[in-house]
Amino acid sequence: MRVAIVDYGAGNVPSVERALKKLGAQPERVSTAEGLATAGAIILPGVGHYAALIRALEERELREPLVDAILRGKPFLGICLGLQALYQSSEEAPELAGLGILRGKICALPESVKLPHMGWNRLKIRRTSRLLDGLSEGDYFYFAHTFAADAANSETLAVCEYGAEFGAVLEMDRICAVQFHPEKSGAAGAKLLGNFLRIAA
Amino acid sequence: MSLARRIIPCLDVDGTRVVKGVNFAGLRDAGDPAELAARYNAEGADELVVLDIAASRDRRPTFLETIRRVAEQLAIPLTAGGGIRTLEDARSVVEAGADKVTVNTAAVLRPELISELSKEFGAQAVVLAIDAKREQEHWDVRVRGGHDSAQLDALEWAKRGVEAGAGEILLTSMDKDGTQSGFDVALTAAISGSVSVPVIASGGAKLPKHFAEIFGAGQADAALAASIFHDGVQAIRELKQFLQKNNVEVRLSC
Repeated sequence: MRVAIVDYGAGNVPSVERALKKLGAQPERVSTAEGLATAGAIILPGVGHYAALIRALEERELREPLVDAILRGKPFLGICLGLQALYQSSEEAPELAGLGILRGKICALPESVKLPHMGWNRLKIRRTSRLLDGLSEGDYFYFAHTFAADAANSETLAVCEYGAEFGAVLEMDRICAVQFHPEKSGAAGAKLLGNFLRIAA
Repeated sequence: MSLARRIIPCLDVDGTRVVKGVNFAGLRDAGDPAELAARYNAEGADELVVLDIAASRDRRPTFLETIRRVAEQLAIPLTAGGGIRTLEDARSVVEAGADKVTVNTAAVLRPELISELSKEFGAQAVVLAIDAKREQEHWDVRVRGGHDSAQLDALEWAKRGVEAGAGEILLTSMDKDGTQSGFDVALTAAISGSVSVPVIASGGAKLPKHFAEIFGAGQADAALAASIFHDGVQAIRELKQFLQKNNVEVRLSC
């Protein structure tokens, strides 16, 4: 399947690409509306600052085509900032509007713990799902972030606890997103990406 | 809390080969970077660090090619550094496949480098490497591979670096490095207790108990070592099994 990786200059595009190729998918870096429209599935990767992602999408005039594709039901996977972008806004850049596909705001993790939340952590799985098929609470995933989604959101499939619980995995219809980096999370991460490809197929 | 403590092998690279030395001197060949990267990825390393020890301008393309070859082998995060002086240097390393960049001497000479990188790549991608050496009642920051004093207090420098936007500290004890007598517990605990970001301890590791000490009394979030892994003195999986038995949370599934 042709999987469009939204390419707006994010650092983790090559590693997402490599991980997908190993799973037999055909990743393609896409930075145009047309590329999004013709793809079989879309992945929005991201590391760094929320503002950089939102501004890059706007500069490339990708905001509307991306929202449109997601709302039309094209299989979507958001990674890290790609999860955060789905919500209405973020404390990291309060002046910018998120994609607004999901209701809610991205907030900073509590200062009672070392930030960024950096390293391998486990999930508390709230309900079974296709995205987490074959994965368990014993599996570790690699996180690198300071801001996160509210654990109480209804689309939350699994939470992670670091200072407080936050939304780590979500799935709603064909919209999937993870706060960690599956492309950097060894065999467990590869399994999750494989599950997404099956959802998208 | 289930955030695992990290075990990080380090590849000191001179051009296209991994090298190893004692106290930053007397280098010996330790293998091919991509081969070692593939091995550590499979054995359960939590991250990998690649450092360009030559760090000279004209050999930079060779180092970038090494980063590309290493990144190709990994399904874990990669940190690269050595000779990063500008935003452009950092960008080329990130584009070659590094998730994080370490800065050391150049950040001491021009601390704004830290904030420039943090704004561009995010704090999670900026690792401030500090080489510290005990001087009477404090730890002195060393630069240029440990040769020169920066005339800075390591605790103060770590705090300033974090304020400027570093998301992690890679702390090497110049007193312990190469001795294989254990990590510097006092230094690491002092730095870890005074900054709000994760601290990677480096220098002096040999035995599994050294790792247990640095995660316990040393309050390290991650521990880095080089030659003991390259030489097969210490296997990563057995090390992690030992740590788990000693109540240190580690990632054993991989």
